Amino acid sequence: MIEFQNVDKEYDNNVRALVNINLKIHKGEFVFLVGSSGAGKSTLIKLLLKEEEPTAGRIILNNMDITKVKNRRIPYIRRNIGVVFQDFRLLPNKTVYENVAFAMEIIGAHPKEIRRKVPMVLSMVDLSRKASSFPDQLSGGERQRVSIARAIVNSPPVLIADEPTGNLDPDTAWEIMKVLSDINGRGTTVLMATHAKDIVNSMKKRVVEIHEGRLIRDEQKGGYGNEITSF
Amino acid sequence: MAMRLRVFKNIIKQGFQGMWRNRGMGIASVSSISAVLLILGVVLILILTINNIVLETKTKFDEIQIYLEDGLSNADYDRIENRIRDMEGVLSLVFISKEQGLEIMKEGWEEEAYLLEGLEENPLQDSYIIQLLDIKYAEEIVSNLRNIEGIEDVKYYQDVIDKLMLVANYIRFGGIVIIGALMLVSIFIISNTIKVTVTARRREINIMKYVGATNGYIRGPFIIEGILFGLIGAAVSILIIKFGYEYFFKSVNDKLYLLFTVYLVPPTLLIKDIAIIFTAIGVGIGALGSLVSLKRFLNV
Ligand SMILES: Nc1ncnc2c1ncn2[C@@H]1O[C@H](COP(=O)(O)OP(=O)(O)OP(=O)(O)O)[C@@H](O)[C@H]1O
Ligand SMILES: [Mg+2]
Repeated sequence: MIEFQNVDKEYDNNVRALVNINLKIHKGEFVFLVGSSGAGKSTLIKLLLKEEEPTAGRIILNNMDITKVKNRRIPYIRRNIGVVFQDFRLLPNKTVYENVAFAMEIIGAHPKEIRRKVPMVLSMVDLSRKASSFPDQLSGGERQRVSIARAIVNSPPVLIADEPTGNLDPDTAWEIMKVLSDINGRGTTVLMATHAKDIVNSMKKRVVEIHEGRLIRDEQKGGYGNEITSF
Repeated sequence: MAMRLRVFKNIIKQGFQGMWRNRGMGIASVSSISAVLLILGVVLILILTINNIVLETKTKFDEIQIYLEDGLSNADYDRIENRIRDMEGVLSLVFISKEQGLEIMKEGWEEEAYLLEGLEENPLQDSYIIQLLDIKYAEEIVSNLRNIEGIEDVKYYQDVIDKLMLVANYIRFGGIVIIGALMLVSIFIISNTIKVTVTARRREINIMKYVGATNGYIRGPFIIEGILFGLIGAAVSILIIKFGYEYFFKSVNDKLYLLFTVYLVPPTLLIKDIAIIFTAIGVGIGALGSLVSLKRFLNV
């Protein structure tokens, strides 16, 4: 499903954010990406989204080498990946319903399909009652659930989350994890970068650890890691 | 197909929304486009008029036209006619009475001919048109004609043509420079206006990118917005030129500067062409303005 082959990323300022990354994620897996601040987690995600280009190596998504994809085709790559960020990134002047429907409108979905699908995903993230609220009328956890609903409404095979619980208190963070876990249970591959030690430790999923740009650990049913590499 | 159509409808809708939200700045864009087109219109009319004069004059290249004083006797006419026939190089001589002159003018004016109906007295003069055997006789014949009594004016056009061509070239060149500069200015103003919308919608654009919106989908509404400003600007200037020129044409006619009016392009002929040219340029400036402003913004 996702494969990194000998991937290097050096930014223009000569920071080597990723060094020779080799990583294979299979369909339906749930993978935690951990590592101290500045380790290169977000960089890895940006490469997948083609927000940044690797300096060397190949990245395969759905059997396609996305490093060779032309700029014009990038939007179509992104339609295969749902993304969730720490800061939610919702449109403040649109309701919950509209924020989610928006993702379908821009790819030209049929209005009927939109009316069917949006309530469905809103109920999946348990937000049916808030459909007509605006983002600033919601709690942090609710906002993150809206952004998850938006990420999955077009049914992408992969969901990527960059510290989705970073702005939330522990209880709310667990709500989000339950939602992500549900989505994974329906067959979506999930890759989540996080600093949330407790969550990683108790979910017993595959853990990939990056340290100073290198992949130093890849463990099935792993934990967050020791105190030296985390902070 | 249906999907593309929906996407397209969405883009157009957003373009209109953008224009409406941005209407304050939009006025600046529209005014600048109108100003450019107005100046273009004036230059165009000037050039067309000069071209007309040159053209009219050129057909009389191997002709000399003489205008007679009013109140001559029949004997005078005979005397003048004979003197001319005796000159070397004269091929033919045609008399045009002032009544005939007016008829000819009416035919040339087509739809605007009604303007000539209301004249109280014929402002033209009796004249002769002299066809030359060859242009080489022109100079001498012209100087001889000037010595004949009863002839008020002699029109021979070679030097006039040369001067007119020169003036026309200056106007063309000056017009192109001014219009070029003004076009750049309005592209700049439009691009700034569009930039305001782009900035206001930056968050949205960013999210659109993550959800997989194509560049066309993201750019579309801004280009539509620019084009709408261009179209409105064009419409405003077309109306101003239409009414302005019609008024000008009419008042020139009312005041009977007839010798000048002959050369003016009648408004009905002019406005259609101007409308097409202005619309094309307005749309061009609008689209270009938004493309310029989008270039830097949409590179992720
Ligand atoms: N656009 C950029 N230009 C230059 N250097 C960058 C850029 N983005 C990230 N870096 C650098 O690359 C390294 C990895 O950054 P990255 O954002 O991938 O870390 P991270 O693991 O996501 O950290 P955090 O846990 O704090 O989010 C850091 O040293 C960072 O300063
Ligand atoms: Mg990060």
